[in-house]
Amino acid sequence: MRPHLLALLAKEPAHGYELKQALEQTFGSAYPSPNIGQIYVTLGRLEKDGLIRAVDVEQSNRPNKKVYYLTAKGRDVLEAWVDEPTEGPRVRDEFFMKLVLAPLTGIADRMALISRQRRHYLSLMGDLNDLMSRTAPTDRVAMLLIEGAMLHLQADLDWLERCQEDLA
Amino acid sequence: MSTVVKTVNLVKIYQDGAVPVPAVRGVDLHVEPGEFVAIMGPSGSGKSTLVHMLGGLDTRTSGEIWLDGKRVDTLSESAWALLRRNRIGFVFQFFNLVANMTVGDNVELPALLAGASPKVARERRESLLAALNLTDRAGAAPAQLSGGEQQRVALARALANEPSLLLADEPTGNLDSRNTRDVLRLLSEVHKEGQTIVMVTHDARVASLADRLVSLFDGEIVDDGRIARRRTRTAGEVIDLR
Repeated sequence: MRPHLLALLAKEPAHGYELKQALEQTFGSAYPSPNIGQIYVTLGRLEKDGLIRAVDVEQSNRPNKKVYYLTAKGRDVLEAWVDEPTEGPRVRDEFFMKLVLAPLTGIADRMALISRQRRHYLSLMGDLNDLMSRTAPTDRVAMLLIEGAMLHLQADLDWLERCQEDLA
Repeated sequence: MSTVVKTVNLVKIYQDGAVPVPAVRGVDLHVEPGEFVAIMGPSGSGKSTLVHMLGGLDTRTSGEIWLDGKRVDTLSESAWALLRRNRIGFVFQFFNLVANMTVGDNVELPALLAGASPKVARERRESLLAALNLTDRAGAAPAQLSGGEQQRVALARALANEPSLLLADEPTGNLDSRNTRDVLRLLSEVHKEGQTIVMVTHDARVASLADRLVSLFDGEIVDDGRIARRRTRTAGEVIDLR
């Protein structure tokens, strides 16, 4: 979450709760809602590393709140994050490990593992379908996130079929 | 209500010159009224052959096929044609629309052939075209439509006679994601209304609407089970792109 918070703070200074809201508003219901405690812990670490700094803002009737802003060093780290290529698709897949290793031990046969996994993927896809039907089509970011997850899942299913053809 | 589809040790062997090629090797399948069954499996596993046999578009080599409690594998071709007209809707990957009829008439015709009154057939046509966002295309010829639109017309046509069984073979093969969404919506609506559906598909989005998944491999059923639904999950837990 570190670079995500840096990016939001590069836009404008904010306090912890505003950052939580900004993440939720940008990514919609499809994104795991960040826990406020987790955000404060991350902000503390970013501050310790000198990537952000905090100022206390007085509030009437309430304790002071801390507003964070990005430092020059923080901007460098953010730019490096934006510039570097993002990790490609994973090559180590937990299911594939099971599929290859479990039959060697006689615990399970491959056909049964593949069939069960296929139904599991479809059940996950059903959840995504539900989520998509509950998301407003105008919410482009959330829709694209769901669509991305669907395409990944479709690729997993296609790969499962290849495994079935060659291994089962 | 009786089982909609029942097959008993269904076999199909194609003859490729001197070599017999078994495509379906002893399938026992039961589909109950209102069930939505997705059929998946690698290419060459016998999926298409199976649904074609269920629709009488391909003859079986041996075994039995029962539809709505009546044995049908022994029917003549003309009896099959009558059965398809009244009881079965079919959607293929390549849509097979009647080229010299308008989109609207393509959808209305099956209902009329199945004996619906002109008024009912017209209402059915209008509600199906509306559900698939095709109302403004009703007067067009099929050739004027995009592939995605033609596929949606094919689905509307297949549903026009309110078939007791909807058979589909890769019905979203030509659709982009927006068109797929309309098709998904209509399929889940008619399924909720009790439409029995047997569908071959590679598309996980469509397959995930089904109640049950049948996996074929080498012409045999290797898995047949329900697709779990977990509606209680909160949204944030669903997506974790790796």
